[in-house]
This record gives sequence, C-alpha cells and structure tokens, in this order.
Amino acid sequence: MSIPDRLSGNEAVAHAMRQINPGVFAAFPITPSTEIPQYFAQFVADGLVDTEYVPVESEHSSMSTCMGAQAAGVRAITATSSAGLAFMYEVLYVVASARLPVTLACVNRTLTGPININNDHSDSMGARDAGWIQIYAENNQEAYDNYLQAMRIAETPDVRLPIMICQDGFITSHAVENILLEEDAAVKAFVGEYKPENFLLKHENPLAVGPYDTCPYCMEHKVQLAEAMKHARRAVLDVAADFEKTFGRKYGFFEEYRMEDAEVALVLIGSTAGTAKACVETLRAQGIKAGLIKLRVFRPFPAQELAAALSHVKVVAVMDKSEGYSACGGPLYAETLSACYDLPVRPTMINVVYGLAGRDCAVEDIERVYRHLLRILETGETGEKYIHMGQRSNEQEVL
Amino acid sequence: MAYNHKAELSKPERFVGGHRLCAGCGAGIVCRAMTRALDEGDKAVICNATSCLEVSSFLYPYTAWEDSYIHSAFENTSAVCGGVEAAYNVLKRRGKIDDTFKFLAIGGDGGTYDIGFQSLSGAMERGHDMAYFCYDNEAYMNTGIQRSSATPRFSNATTSPTGKVSDGKQQNKKDLTAIMAAHNIPYVAQTTFIGNFKDFHEKAHRAIYTPGPTFVNVMAPCPRGWQYAAEFLPEICKMAVETCIWPLYEVVEGKWILNYEPKKKLPVTEFMKLQGRFKHCFRPGNEWTLEAAQTYVDAQWEKLLNRCV
Repeated sequence: MSIPDRLSGNEAVAHAMRQINPGVFAAFPITPSTEIPQYFAQFVADGLVDTEYVPVESEHSSMSTCMGAQAAGVRAITATSSAGLAFMYEVLYVVASARLPVTLACVNRTLTGPININNDHSDSMGARDAGWIQIYAENNQEAYDNYLQAMRIAETPDVRLPIMICQDGFITSHAVENILLEEDAAVKAFVGEYKPENFLLKHENPLAVGPYDTCPYCMEHKVQLAEAMKHARRAVLDVAADFEKTFGRKYGFFEEYRMEDAEVALVLIGSTAGTAKACVETLRAQGIKAGLIKLRVFRPFPAQELAAALSHVKVVAVMDKSEGYSACGGPLYAETLSACYDLPVRPTMINVVYGLAGRDCAVEDIERVYRHLLRILETGETGEKYIHMGQRSNEQEVL
Repeated sequence: MAYNHKAELSKPERFVGGHRLCAGCGAGIVCRAMTRALDEGDKAVICNATSCLEVSSFLYPYTAWEDSYIHSAFENTSAVCGGVEAAYNVLKRRGKIDDTFKFLAIGGDGGTYDIGFQSLSGAMERGHDMAYFCYDNEAYMNTGIQRSSATPRFSNATTSPTGKVSDGKQQNKKDLTAIMAAHNIPYVAQTTFIGNFKDFHEKAHRAIYTPGPTFVNVMAPCPRGWQYAAEFLPEICKMAVETCIWPLYEVVEGKWILNYEPKKKLPVTEFMKLQGRFKHCFRPGNEWTLEAAQTYVDAQWEKLLNRCV
C-alpha cells in the first residue's frame, strides 16, 4: 500500500536511500543537495540504517570512496550538485570504465562561473559523455520513483554502469509536495540484494580493478562500455515495467503530453514540464494543437523513440536548460535534431535556451514559446533557430 | 617474535616477477617488503595511486599482485582505500564476510606529497583502518623526472633543471612524515632499505597491524631520476641514513622514537656524490650548494633529535 506524505525532493530521495540501506554513503555538502547527506547522517545516527557513512573532505573523494566501496562489493551512493559534480568529473569516467554501478543523486544546479546556487542542467549535461546513465525527474514523486529504479537498472548484468538520478535544484529539491511513498518491505523486495559477480573482498578469488590499459585492449573496453549503454535502453524499460506492475506508476524514456495530434510541441527536461503542461491545457482550450515531450532518460538517449514521437509534429522547440557554448544550440537540441535527421519528413526545429542559473520560467514564458512556434507554422519563416529566452535588455530578443 | 630475515624471505611472494619496473627501482622493493609484512592467512586489498608502479605492475591483462588490487586515479587512492575499508566494515557487520582483510594504500611522492595530499589527509583524519605507504623517489618519475615537493633542494629535475643561472630545485623538501605525525594518527614511520630489512619489516608490520590510519614514508631511489647504476641502490639508501638526510624514526601514539643514530654522522656529500642529479653541486664555484645542503640537513636533524625521546 502506498503511503501519502508531503516531502521535498531531497527528503524523498533520502527516504528512498534509507529504505534501500546501501553499503556505503560518501558525500561532501554542496547546495542544494546538502540536505540529502544531512538526512542520511541522521538516519545513521538514529540507527535506521547500518550503512557506513563516510563524510569525505571533497566530492573528488566522495566519488573515489564510492568507487572503492562498490568495487569492494557493496552498493555505494553519493549526492551532489554543480561544482561538486564537476570536481568528480575525472572519477566519473573511471567509475564507468570499471563498470561499477554507483548511484549518484544529482540535484541540478548551474556550474559556477559566475557562482550562483540556482537550478539549471549545466552540471549533469557537462557529464553527459562520462558513461553514466542519466534519469531526470519532473517532481519529487518522480525523483523518488526514479531512485527506487536506479540500482536495478545500473546493476543489470549486461549494463553494469553508474547511474545519476537528477532533480531540479530548489524547484524540486526544496519544494514540499504531496507524494506517495512505498512501504519499506516493498521497496526492499523491489530493489533486491546487490550480488556482484566479482569484487575485491570476494573469498574465492582476488580481483584487480583499474589497469593500465594498452592500445591492443583499451578500445575494446571503451566499446564494451558503449554496448553496455545500448543495453541500458532495455534495462530502463524492463525496470519501469516491473515498477508499474509493483507500484502502479508508469515510466518510460519520456512522457508524451497531448502529443497525439500536436502540431507544435516542446521537448524539455525536468520541473519545467509541470509549467508547460498547464500551458498546453490553456492552449488546447483555445483549440490550439499544442503538445509536450518531457524527456526522462537522457543517457542512453532514446533517439529513435523520440524521433517517432516528433514525426507528425510541424514545429518543435527544444528547450535547453543549459548552455553548451557550441555557438549553435544546447545539448538537448543537438541530440534531438540529430535524432530526427533520419525522419522522412522532419519537423521544423528551433532551440530555446532558458532558465539558466535559476532564471524563472513561468506559464506565460512557455506560452510565448508556443506562440512563436505558431507564428513559424503560419508564416513558414523559422527565423533565428538558437534563441536565449528572457534576456533583460536584449533589443533583438525573439522571446 | 624476533625478525628472521630468512624466514621472511621464504614466505610466498605477494608481489611477483614479470612487472615492468626498471632494474634498480625502489618501488618494487617496497611492494615486496610491504606485502611480506602481512601475516600469512590474512588477505589484503592494495590501493595504488597512478604512478610508475601502477603502469608497471598492472598492465591489462597481467598483474604482479597476488592480492586484490585497485587503481583509480593519481590523487585519490586514500579515498578509494577508505571506501574499500568502509565496505569491509559493513560486510563484516552484516555477517557477509569471514576473512580478515588488511587495507594497504601505496603511492609515489607525487600521489602522496602533492596531488594526493588532500585525499590522504582526509582519510587519515577520518580514521580509516588502513596503512599508507609512500614510496618517495623525490620527483614525478612516471612523467619524466619533474620536480615535486619531495624533491630536495639543488636536485636537477626536468622542471627545475640546472642551467646557466639555475642550480636545480630552489626549495627544500617538504617534511611529510612530520606533517603526517601532526595528524595525531596512531603510527607514523620513516624507513628505507637498510641491511636485512628489519627496520622496514617491523615498521610495515606495525603499520598494517595497528588499528586505525597509519603512514610509512619509504625513501625509494629511482635509477633514472637520481642517475645511478642499479647496483648502487643499497649504498645510496645507506648513505641517506648515515648522513641523516633520511633518518629512521617512528612516531608511536605521538611519541617520537629515533630508531638509528649514526655513530659518526657523515657529510651529505657522501649521499649526493653517488647521484647524477647533484653532479653540478660538485663543480668548482658551487661549493656553497653543498654547504647549504649540509646546513639544512643539520638543522632538520637537530629538530628531530629534540622531538625524539
């Protein structure tokens, strides 16, 4: 039986961690993810878990500690944001290459430069090519549910990749919402025991991890990792199917909202989906065929499925909540555009970079984007394809 | 039990031949002697920082290590080791493991004094039950003999080269052993390859079997970086001790103990003249460098004597 409660996103994820009772939790505080290790430290202090809590001196060390612990044979978890994730960057790759299914709760915050504590996706987008599975949440319920599914996906034998469960800093992490929690026993049964095939502390045989990998072998290992990420596609869907069967909430690569006959649509990630859904409803009431795709899984990128979902749409705005400084659009745009390239008839597609460093994005902002797409649809003139939304003093402003 | 060199050497090797370390390299000697200090029957996990040792002892698909081994990166082996130890603790607590494991971390001076120092300091402060061994060869040898904070003054290294207006490295060596002692951990020691390895063995064993975090700093010469023929390794180590450049001492629960005091303290030139990296110091006009090196060592030695009981 699900248990209704009211929790913030950070509380929800910490609650999931307590229910799973991992082997090792190593973390260093950084806003806005700090609450997660705080809540967990209290669980340890109250004897609610028997996890080894390692309060490391940096995020570089938290990821390194997780690597050692997971290689040694237990579930290792951490939580971080922004510069903390960036500080782990080197070790993220090492953990993935060692095929260790470490779980990281990423509370998305903009990367420093200049320092700012608010939400965008530049931290995890910067780590998108590190060999980590990345799953994003719209709200606290999804953050909780995604976390419950994380280890099963990551530990799937032909996957064995680390996983990042992302939620939007403050918007999701600190806002208290209604949530359905699951019973401890049900969660434990769903997540199951961690049973690695080989580990450093195995009685039967020693194990060597992290070799110097010479040219005759190293490329094979990188290709194996690439193959594992392909396998993760199936694992994400399998675990989601079992999750739906067990707890009744449905998940996939992305959520299609009023997409069945949509002529104009947005593709976006995270909490903005809630805002966009409200806008879609308003527009639909006016007879406008507006739709929305909320991407849940960014790595592996569901290119074919996303292209199929967009194949009948006439004009699409891909909403990036991070800047890639590529001079031609953000990372989600690049991937979506690329995914649609093989469609026989491609939708017109523009990129709207929005919400950087916590810049607010309200229903009326989203409506401006839809109105812009409708203008493109009417006039056939796309205009500027790479737009930054909501600039305070830009006379050339499109949105 | 008294140290028995023959008995120790007849134990099965846990760091075996086939690795790619140079002839006359100190790192392999550290590994053999360090793992020899493990009691038979006890298992170990070796955590290794990126280094000559790592790229020479675990080249896929070969490993020279009989025990479990993990390498992650250059600067994080202490944190990795802490994670392994934490996992062991939880598996023990949950009754999922019967074996006794010991946790050994090893890095060069680059991975210990410099880039790995934060991770080392953090792991020591947190009190993980692990023994950290630094094989100190006084420069970044893996990348080609660049200076480190462990490089002694006047040493010729590729990023502190001698030249028309330079006499090699400008700064004195960081006193890492004392810094580790200042962490107030239960055991800190400094050793090198002397005589029948009694000093090394006893310190390694004590480090491994003292509960909590421990640190052993081993002077481990490098024939490429120090520029000596392989057979001079024992002589160089001996001279490091006899000149008091590398005194043998330990800090047990905060108590400083000098393990060896030379009957006649030899001049530092006896150590320096054996190595090409100090060659320029012996050129006419550079006598002041030898004097400065002697003055520094004398001062350090006095400081140590005052600390020791």
